[in-house]
Amino acid sequence: MNIAIEIKKLSFFYKERRVIDDLTINIETGKFYGIIGPNGCGKTTFVDLIAKHKKPVSGNITYKGKDLSLYSKKELSMEIALVPQNFYINFPFTVEEIVMMGRYPYIPRFSVPSPEDYKIVYGIMKKTGIYKFKDRFITELSSGERQRVVFARALAQDTPVLILDEATSNLDVNYSLNLFNIAAQRVNKEKRTVIAVLQDINLAAIYCDYLLFIKQGSIVAHGDTDEILNRNTLQFVFNVDAKVYFEPYSDSMQVVFKK
Amino acid sequence: MTIKVREKSSGLKSRLQKAIGTQILLLSMALCGLIVISACMGYIHLSFIDVAKIIFAKIFGQTSLLEGMDEILPVVVIDVRLPRILTAAVVGGGLAVSGAVFQGILLNPLADPYTLGVSAGAAFGASLAFFFNIVLFDQIGLGACSVPVFAFIGAAGTLFFVIYLSSASGGLSSSNLILSGIIVAAILSAGISFLKYVADEQVSIIIFWLMGSFASRTWADVFMTSSFLCIGFLVIIFYARDLNLMSLGNRTASSLGVDTGKLTLILLVTASLITAICVSVSGIIGFVGLLVPHMVRFLTGPDNRKLIPVSMLAGAILLLCADTVTRAILPDEIPIGVLTALIGGPFFCYIFRKRQVAGTDS
Repeated sequence: MNIAIEIKKLSFFYKERRVIDDLTINIETGKFYGIIGPNGCGKTTFVDLIAKHKKPVSGNITYKGKDLSLYSKKELSMEIALVPQNFYINFPFTVEEIVMMGRYPYIPRFSVPSPEDYKIVYGIMKKTGIYKFKDRFITELSSGERQRVVFARALAQDTPVLILDEATSNLDVNYSLNLFNIAAQRVNKEKRTVIAVLQDINLAAIYCDYLLFIKQGSIVAHGDTDEILNRNTLQFVFNVDAKVYFEPYSDSMQVVFKK
Repeated sequence: MTIKVREKSSGLKSRLQKAIGTQILLLSMALCGLIVISACMGYIHLSFIDVAKIIFAKIFGQTSLLEGMDEILPVVVIDVRLPRILTAAVVGGGLAVSGAVFQGILLNPLADPYTLGVSAGAAFGASLAFFFNIVLFDQIGLGACSVPVFAFIGAAGTLFFVIYLSSASGGLSSSNLILSGIIVAAILSAGISFLKYVADEQVSIIIFWLMGSFASRTWADVFMTSSFLCIGFLVIIFYARDLNLMSLGNRTASSLGVDTGKLTLILLVTASLITAICVSVSGIIGFVGLLVPHMVRFLTGPDNRKLIPVSMLAGAILLLCADTVTRAILPDEIPIGVLTALIGGPFFCYIFRKRQVAGTDS
């Protein structure tokens, strides 16, 4: 068992409000993690802390055995990539330019991209189905198209850890599955780690190996998806009635809700 | 069908955007040519060759070139026209660069140095200097400096106050910065109005300065503004690529290795100091910082590594042209701030409206 990220007694406050409360968990290499919880439970803050976009108030996070605060921003940009929630980009960069920005950590400040960088960027654009509009402006795209471009940008960053913060919330089911397939492939074939914040529990059930349920800044339940995803957990976390069953068609657990 | 047309035009644009070296070269040549042409024009008209000779002789110290020329001409060109021309060009470049940076940081293509209240701060400082007719510097023989110094202090003070005001809960958010900038600018404008109201004799000087002018600039102004612009430009170009990443949002930029808080602070201070030094020698000149980066973006695309150098050259050319028009072509010299606002304002309305209309379908 190989631990990628070790989180110990992590806490974070916005002024007086406790957003992350004494959270401890180990994230293993080569697994697909799903983070599930009600709105405003601290999921986004949690992933921001892992990505070092925010600094913990107390507790610590260790990445590959070294404290996260000891990594420079640049070192970390080659280790952990983040796909944020949908974000409007105000300037007319082309799709190709945006995806190429994922290679910036590898390209020295005043250099042009190498043939290798182009190879990676073009390969990813083809894989994510955005190659056909690579010369269009990001400002002209629909929100779904934009989200695929931002996702491709993070893939181009080519990091061992990929964090998805509701990265497919604007996508139709076809593209959601497409992007999650790519992420799952990275986990299964290349032993990378994916941490995905999701609203869609059924999508999480299909792809995630391990689920963390967060409520009011604490992990209230966690475990292998098949075990932890059950009626009681959902009742406790979301306060809803649900039926959880194994669905052979998707080869995973699935959830249906009562009106 | 429409998609095809769109892709074609995008392709054309990207080809245009790749020719960055050519663009910089052409614009630099245009700027040099304009400097010489502008030096020809004025009350005494000179030929292009004469001016070129005078400048060449001055730079390389070959006085033999000037034989047979009226002795007054080199004085007119070197001591009267060139300082003003160069100051106009440097200020134009400076305002355009800082405009581009503000737009990049505030993630708003419609932001400019004025949005942060920096210009209002400079104007308030200068008005104070006029109002009290500050004698402090006269005693140490620097009487001419009091207005720039006070404008600079006003601008820098306003910037830090705005940053302080908007950074309450850690980190600088662009909407907080813009809001704080507008609030502070409103207070300072009221302050300026009050000074004008009680200023009796000084009121005309204050009003004229506020409208902006390059009249009677000296070589000292040229050196001061250009040295600030050079240093500022180097800092900005160093961070230009990081500024590109900022347009993907703070979280993405941070995940790509940018220290967003530090970058925002460094670039805001640099751009504001450039603005402050420009405003302090020229008065308030609006719309250059807003319009130039906006127009240049059509040419270079939004990549700041191209946008910023080209904006600097284009801003220099634009303001030099405007200053030459008011100095040498119009029968009476009208304040350049008025001219840029009269031309730039309606043009800006046009762009803004086009944007609104284009934005409705997305």
